[in-house]
Amino acid sequence: MSDLRELYQEVILDHTKRPRNFGPLEEATGRANGANPLCGDVIAVYLEVVGDTVKNIRFAGAGCAISTASASLMTETLKGKTIEEAQVIFDCFHDTVTSSPDTEVDLAGLGKLAVLAGVREFPMRVKCASLAWHTMRAALDGENDTVTTE
Amino acid sequence: MKQLDIDLVRKDFPILGRRVHEKPLIYLDNAATSQKPTAVIDALRDYYTQSNANIHRGVHLLSEEATAAYENVREISRDFLGASESREIVFVRGTTEAINLVAQAYARPRLQAGDEILISHMEHHSNIVPWQILCQQTGALLRVAPITDEGELDIAGFEQLLGPKTKFVSLVHVSNALGTINPVKSLVAKAKAQGVPVLLDGAQAAPHIAIDVQDIDCDFYTLSGHKVYGPTGIGVLYGRESLLEEMEPYQGGGEMILSVSFEKTTYNKIPHKFEAGTPNIAGTVGLGAALQYVNLMGIDSIAAHEHELLTYATEQVQQVPGIKIIGTAREKAGVLSFVLDGVHPHDVGTILDQEGIAVRTGHHCAQPVMDRFGIPATTRASFAVYNTRAEIDRLMAALDRVRDIFS
Ligand SMILES: Cc1ncc(COP(=O)(O)O)c(C=O)c1O
Repeated sequence: MSDLRELYQEVILDHTKRPRNFGPLEEATGRANGANPLCGDVIAVYLEVVGDTVKNIRFAGAGCAISTASASLMTETLKGKTIEEAQVIFDCFHDTVTSSPDTEVDLAGLGKLAVLAGVREFPMRVKCASLAWHTMRAALDGENDTVTTE
Repeated sequence: MKQLDIDLVRKDFPILGRRVHEKPLIYLDNAATSQKPTAVIDALRDYYTQSNANIHRGVHLLSEEATAAYENVREISRDFLGASESREIVFVRGTTEAINLVAQAYARPRLQAGDEILISHMEHHSNIVPWQILCQQTGALLRVAPITDEGELDIAGFEQLLGPKTKFVSLVHVSNALGTINPVKSLVAKAKAQGVPVLLDGAQAAPHIAIDVQDIDCDFYTLSGHKVYGPTGIGVLYGRESLLEEMEPYQGGGEMILSVSFEKTTYNKIPHKFEAGTPNIAGTVGLGAALQYVNLMGIDSIAAHEHELLTYATEQVQQVPGIKIIGTAREKAGVLSFVLDGVHPHDVGTILDQEGIAVRTGHHCAQPVMDRFGIPATTRASFAVYNTRAEIDRLMAALDRVRDIFS
């Protein structure tokens, strides 16, 4: 039960109910679509990159609490970061959610994103948490195909 | 009809004794696959410890025993489906393979560009995609009969689409996503009146209602063993003898031939013509045990128990604020699909799992159904003979917990 509370923390529920940076971005310089065919979640991530900085980032789509909160928290975290910093955060986040529950992770380094570390206990939900991130990376790389979690 | 003692029935299913996240398992994902009784597990073990051999070829005793066991299940399956001849029973991997077989071996050589195949909006992907492939191969067109807001087939819409160009009709008997039981006998009669052959996907019907293919008068009928208490990887295609006779083989290889030379190969008789290669012998033996287990309990008794559970669960679920049931047909088998306001089914599924409750969440391999209702997914509880009212009470308590977490 404590695991469930860990997964559905207040912060996550708050971002699910009131997603930040939600909706298309007119000035986008890059965008990508992501899909989780298993559960039908779909997401679009919009980026406005100026120089080497993510000036703005927004997302749209429909998904479960975990994927929506992860996308919302991602946009908050990455806004204003350099592409290189975004890359580092991506790696750190990805390593955390895919790590085995009994390994130590650097939660401090994740900042606000640390609330998503609880998905490690729920292997079936890791893809929900990582969908937005893979989509963001595709948008950075200028890939046009829809990213899928499969 | 005898009244089942469900406590006794539960003892037949060893897996029901296991715990999940430190809670007793409540298995409500029966439409995906059912659990297996000891009778089936023992049949598999006995086959491998006593009679394992290849069939239809050896002169030795084990081969003789294995062949007899295998062919005996054909007879059990014939009886289960109400077919008149056991040669009308073809063993396949499951419903998916059965539909692909009919699409390729029956329909493909008979279709021309512009011909139409009629299905419905409530089909499982396995009764959509094989026909789409066939349409690409032949230039035929797929027509889709509409469904109502209750999740029933729109009969008038079906009749309208059933026209002179319709060359094949393929319909689900019981919908896995909605639970709807289609009035197959009258639908088949409408198609037959126009001389159109009909396949019925019985994957969800076989575990829950009595089937009589002669009474229904369909041309093909399919079932998947794993949904009717049997092993995975084995299923049945019933085909009307005259049609099977006319059909081309599906796959080539051993078993399906009488003689082979580089100049000329003669195919085996039906049903062997459609069973190329060494089949799933153990699985077939397990399927036989499963069908006999169902017969022993009585399909009508099973249906009555499940119907009572469905009625009870429907009443209970309707009382939960913010819940909407998807699929409210008048005739329904034991499937309860629903959406909960503000909570994605995936999250419902995770929370229920923590309570030891296994349900299915997602599109249930029926994406067009989800699109029809404008939702990405549902949570689905589906019942089998071993489920109880007490389990439904625990489902309701777990749903309260979901609402509590998301309140
Ligand atoms: C209605 C229906 N048709 C077809 C299938 C496919 O059955 P199988 O996967 O056993 O081939 C299923 C099972 O998921 C089903 O519920």
